[in-house]
Amino acid sequence: MSKNEVKSSEITPESLYLNRRNFIRAGLLAGTGIVTGLGYRFFNPPPPGEVATTEISNVTQSTAPQTLEKPNTLAEITNYNNYYEFSTTKTAVAGKVANFITRPWTVEVDGMVQKPRVFDIDELLKFDQEERIYRFRCVEAWSMVIPWVGFPLKNLLDLVEPQGTAKYVAFHTYYGGKSSNQDVKLPPGPNGMQSSFSAGIDFPYVEGLRLDEAMHPLTILATGLYGKQMPNQNGAPIRLIVPWKYGFKSIKSIVKITLTDREPPTTWNLAGPEEYGFFSNVNPEVNHPRWSQASERRIGELAMRPTEMFNGYGEQVASLYEGMDLKKYF
Amino acid sequence: MNDVRFNKILISLNALIPLGFLAFDGWRGQLGANPIEFFLRTTGVMTLVFLLITLSVTPLRKIFGWNGLVKFRRMLGLYAFFYGCLHLVTYSVFDKSFSIPDIAADIIQRPFIAIGMAAFFFMIPLAVTSTTGWIKRLGGKNWSRLHKLIYPIAILGVIHFWMIVKSDIFYPLLFGLVLALLLIYRLIPKMKPSLQPHKN
Repeated sequence: MSKNEVKSSEITPESLYLNRRNFIRAGLLAGTGIVTGLGYRFFNPPPPGEVATTEISNVTQSTAPQTLEKPNTLAEITNYNNYYEFSTTKTAVAGKVANFITRPWTVEVDGMVQKPRVFDIDELLKFDQEERIYRFRCVEAWSMVIPWVGFPLKNLLDLVEPQGTAKYVAFHTYYGGKSSNQDVKLPPGPNGMQSSFSAGIDFPYVEGLRLDEAMHPLTILATGLYGKQMPNQNGAPIRLIVPWKYGFKSIKSIVKITLTDREPPTTWNLAGPEEYGFFSNVNPEVNHPRWSQASERRIGELAMRPTEMFNGYGEQVASLYEGMDLKKYF
Repeated sequence: MNDVRFNKILISLNALIPLGFLAFDGWRGQLGANPIEFFLRTTGVMTLVFLLITLSVTPLRKIFGWNGLVKFRRMLGLYAFFYGCLHLVTYSVFDKSFSIPDIAADIIQRPFIAIGMAAFFFMIPLAVTSTTGWIKRLGGKNWSRLHKLIYPIAILGVIHFWMIVKSDIFYPLLFGLVLALLLIYRLIPKMKPSLQPHKN
């Protein structure tokens, strides 16, 4: 027997060889499967649990007609949010707002008013609050029904007394706490918010209404929903709600309101003037250049439903736009 | 079981994991507030992922010498087609209630739908002719000429994705960059001869 020859006893038995190969294969299946699964979960994390905020005690009867449609659940309302300062992914916002600080908080009201004033959020929470169950239609063709709590914006504007020359109202979202006004007290930035570069739109987020739209009884400053203070992801501590306009008009986490005689710049209009107009009234006949606005998906439903003119609030608001070409002033 | 067979099972397992998660999360109602949109977006993204993986086979073979990979290219391409089918069916059934006139109107009115639809229809001949029988019937040369369609398909797919986002272009940009790299890799060898001086 030559030295190089392998003794038959040293050859790995076929069964053992196959066992080892099967073992490696099982390991490969399990290992790559786990990596793929973790990768999927990394990009699609499960939604966080429900948020708990303080009850609002001073809620009174609504002064406006209510929709009888069934409101969306708190879980739906708090886990599907467009809040680009935190994330451009609607399902990811809830997971990023836990450390957003909303105290101290003030809302500065200035511009063409007789009595410019800085309101503390606790003052605003003492205004009579009422529940307003409104349809909410996003420009992305989805909608919800949301039981807001808040008060008409008019109640606040009446206190500062707009001057006769004022024609528009401009709003600013919080983006860092810096201000030249001594009375403004806000948490320091970035407070969990991301850069304009990451979001793809300019910050601070700005919005605007015509004065008559702002004074309309359906227009409210919302301080909560489902009878409790506003969850961070929905625009805590105070936000605008204009139910007949696309959702992006209803600016969140407001720190400043300015009365002016000129149409104020608005964030999405600046980002895409052909796609998002100043008015942005819900209108099934004026499509977004890239997608249809004729129908919408109500969150919680599978099929699409037709979109209503002025989001179904035409009876109350159509007169504001009498004689206007709504295809031109979209 | 030989290695090729095993590797196909390995690829299938991993390729179907996203669908498994979608089904499992959907079954327990955990696809988020807008499950249809989520399913639509995820199947669309998976279509693009598999198109890019399919296009990576040739560069990986040439750079690392992993010639065995070509045995799995057909399968990877078919998974792209599979997720593309799921994507189109979801759109047709849930967004359009399977109304052919509505879908036709959408294609005419919305460039991003037209582009996505074109990409899908270009995938059909590639899926059909992916079998060995068809390679023989067409002849290798014609077959590979036909399958060059994957380049416009992938480009249209990325444009389709880009056109639906509002301002968050991160992922479309990422897919676009990877696709650009994969395409540039193929253009480089073609450019070289023209750069060399003629020798006659």
